[in-house]
Amino acid sequence: MTEREEGVVTEREASPTGGGAQGGSVDAPLLEAPADTVAGEVVLRLTDVVKTFPGVRALDGVQLEVRAGEVHCLLGQNGAGKSTLIKVLSGVHQPDSGQVEWRGEPVTFANPQAAMRAGIATIYQELDLVEDLSVAENAFLGHEPRRFGFVRRGQMARRTRQILGRLGHAEIPPNRMVRSLPAAGKQVVSMARALSHEARLIIMDEPSAVLAHDEVGNLFRIIRELTAQGIAVIYISHRLEEIREIGDRVTVLKDGGTTAANLPARDTPTRELVNRMTGRTIEYVFPERPTGTGAAEADLLVVEGLTRAGEFADVSLRVRPGEVVGIAGLVGSGRSELLETIYGARRAEAGTVRMAGRVLRAGSVGAAVRAGMGMAPEERKSQALLLGEPIYRNVTLATFARYARAGFTDVGRERAEADRIADSLELRPRDVRRPVRTLSGGNQQKVVVGRWLLGDTKLLLLDEPTRGVDVGARAELYQVIRSLAEQGVGVLLVSSEVPEVLGLADRVLVMREGRVVREAPAGELDENTVLDLVMAGSLMEGAAA
Amino acid sequence: MSDVTDTSTPERPAQLPAQSPPVDPAETAAAEQRAAGRLSWWRGEGGEGARRNLWLIGVLVALIVIGIVTRPDLYGNSSWVWSNILVILKLASVVGVVSVGMTFVIIGGGIDLSVGAIVALSGVWATTVATQSYGAGGMIFCALAVGLGVGLVNGLLISYGRLVPFIATLAMLVAARGLAAELSDKQTQVSNNTTINDIASTNLLGIPLLVYILAAVVIAGWVLLNRTTFGRRTVAVGGNPEAARLAGIDVKRHTLLLYALSGLCCGIAAIMLTAQATSAQAAMANLYELDAIAAVIIGGTLLSGGRGTIIGSLLGVIIFSTITNLFAINGLTTEAQNMVKGGIIVAAVLVQQLQFRSLTQFLGRNRLTTN
Repeated sequence: MTEREEGVVTEREASPTGGGAQGGSVDAPLLEAPADTVAGEVVLRLTDVVKTFPGVRALDGVQLEVRAGEVHCLLGQNGAGKSTLIKVLSGVHQPDSGQVEWRGEPVTFANPQAAMRAGIATIYQELDLVEDLSVAENAFLGHEPRRFGFVRRGQMARRTRQILGRLGHAEIPPNRMVRSLPAAGKQVVSMARALSHEARLIIMDEPSAVLAHDEVGNLFRIIRELTAQGIAVIYISHRLEEIREIGDRVTVLKDGGTTAANLPARDTPTRELVNRMTGRTIEYVFPERPTGTGAAEADLLVVEGLTRAGEFADVSLRVRPGEVVGIAGLVGSGRSELLETIYGARRAEAGTVRMAGRVLRAGSVGAAVRAGMGMAPEERKSQALLLGEPIYRNVTLATFARYARAGFTDVGRERAEADRIADSLELRPRDVRRPVRTLSGGNQQKVVVGRWLLGDTKLLLLDEPTRGVDVGARAELYQVIRSLAEQGVGVLLVSSEVPEVLGLADRVLVMREGRVVREAPAGELDENTVLDLVMAGSLMEGAAA
Repeated sequence: MSDVTDTSTPERPAQLPAQSPPVDPAETAAAEQRAAGRLSWWRGEGGEGARRNLWLIGVLVALIVIGIVTRPDLYGNSSWVWSNILVILKLASVVGVVSVGMTFVIIGGGIDLSVGAIVALSGVWATTVATQSYGAGGMIFCALAVGLGVGLVNGLLISYGRLVPFIATLAMLVAARGLAAELSDKQTQVSNNTTINDIASTNLLGIPLLVYILAAVVIAGWVLLNRTTFGRRTVAVGGNPEAARLAGIDVKRHTLLLYALSGLCCGIAAIMLTAQATSAQAAMANLYELDAIAAVIIGGTLLSGGRGTIIGSLLGVIIFSTITNLFAINGLTTEAQNMVKGGIIVAAVLVQQLQFRSLTQFLGRNRLTTN
């Protein structure tokens, strides 16, 4: 692979894929690699880029250097700032300070179209294709070849065919509906769109996440084709093995800043990469764990052999009253799906969920709530809150019927109960009549958790409880979770932030590719071990999907 | 919007180092007091609905002013004005009852296109020779049962059959009218029951019985929406069905009940309309679905669900019947009337959006300066 860093570009230009088409007279110099890029030349350079959102410093001095014809890997934990960085590069966000240099000139992209025109294409994990348009229509969406306002369908199809050929996928018919293509095919169409814009830099956000493992090889082949033509690729993946296979250089992000730039992808030891990703500067403050009581108590939640095809398989776990059990795993490891299935929001295909000895009806949230379960789901705004409604009505969303008399709601009692919760959670602002939408993320999360402090919740399922929550409110939430456990509530916690799981939970389950790969008391695990387990996902094991 | 409000809390936790205590308690208390002082009823919950309704009353006043300007001769006569008000309310009564049910369906995140057809089917079924033989009680029971039954079918198709509300009720619109035509053999069925017919002609204390029925349905609807668990569930299901489901609310069952409620309202409306016409036919209550939806939307209910008021819908219906009345007293055609109604729907929604947005911004700015 090293040979492509030397002069393969010129060889590619002369190749039959590149030169074999007629119609060059029209306006399509697409077939050749951008002539003015030289392999190895720095096309993109970021210096001290900062981007803040209310309450969060998402990017805090990012350095990045990408050369033409290389695969530059971005590595970092969830929340390290990768997605914000992509959005800055693709023109969705504008940096607050720092410099973005594109092909030697400082630039700011006002919007995604500007970035696209400059030659930066982004392929998001959830592909932004129009399912009911053809391959060619998707490839040229928004900039169709036109004459007198009419789309030149023949030319569009021909140019699409050329691009697909260039990607090594000449077998995809340009007039095929995108809906009918498999995930891998759709990804190729996304790349074809990038090439139709003559992109010089293609950003790929976890492209392998949607692919089966034999398709990943094909993806790598395409990436090699692209880089051989002098196109730079920014490749984001959690799978270290992929980075080793396809990557040239690695930049590591942590807490919004670059901790290591331009490491050789193949030779840098895993230990070093993981160290660069962890070793935090922000120290989380976790409450003390009580020592050694409650071990004798009977299990509160017993899950046995729980399975949903394509999401997770044969998961068994137990939670005792007063115990905090943490599940560590990446997005896509099946952890959120597992939590929702335990809660009855998804129907288990096999296996049982038992609360205090009684088997719960599968796929019934009502049964789970009646048995004393409560859940704070992953997507606070879309899954948990009525944003326009007052705080107290959100707090009592699961319990208002209990305070009602003969079907008539008791707003006074509801407000009093919500006030009590707001006091104990130190909700700010404190007025429970305010609409929930006016609260910060951390306080919104308190409302969701507070909902289950009313009534007689015995088991609390928390999915990413601190996502989008600032550091101060985090510490408060940790305190709330711990004090709940001290009152005998069982807690099952999912988080992609390993330190959080380790700091908060009594016992930890590590999930990867839909299976529990390790279970141990939190004291026996450290961050590096868990990260190794979580990220080890090799291509062979990726077949779970 | 949220960041604007965020700035009103100087103790925002973002700026806190993790271990520090949550700021000076005295300052927090003061800030809370300020917040509570600003958050009057007008600003807080219910206030928004009231603000929107005030706008509707403004439109109503404007319409009356137009009436006074165009027909000063009529408006100079106070007994005519009073009887004209009753004419408008009577005109609003049938659609008003349908709109109450429609308000629930739309707040719950759905739509019911079949209301006009349900009114027709209920009316026709209640006036068949066989049903009329059971007397007034039998006819009323029949109309209510048919309305409720058709509503239940709608609800079943939508909640458990997972049909899109638009499609399910569109199909019901066609099917119910078809069944009504079949039942009546495309004939107009005359109601020979004087008790039923008297519903439309009876006045109590000088006010038509139909207006009392409308008032009763509106009050019942208001209580149901604002004071009961049913109403709370409606708002939750329409505002965020996923959140409602994950909070343990049976979203499907509630959706079913919403369409049943709408059907029941149609049954009530069918009796009122049959009484007014002393007959029923398959083509009655034509395009009531449009009148009802338009009234609900003008009344400030979000078409996407989760927010709305019964009073707003009532005002929407009254505005429409006032326009009809205005055109009638000026001797203008119904064609021109329909064009104006269409314009009013668009204008009302546009103005409401603008007004709401600018009002929010204004209050947001105000709040920043008071700090």
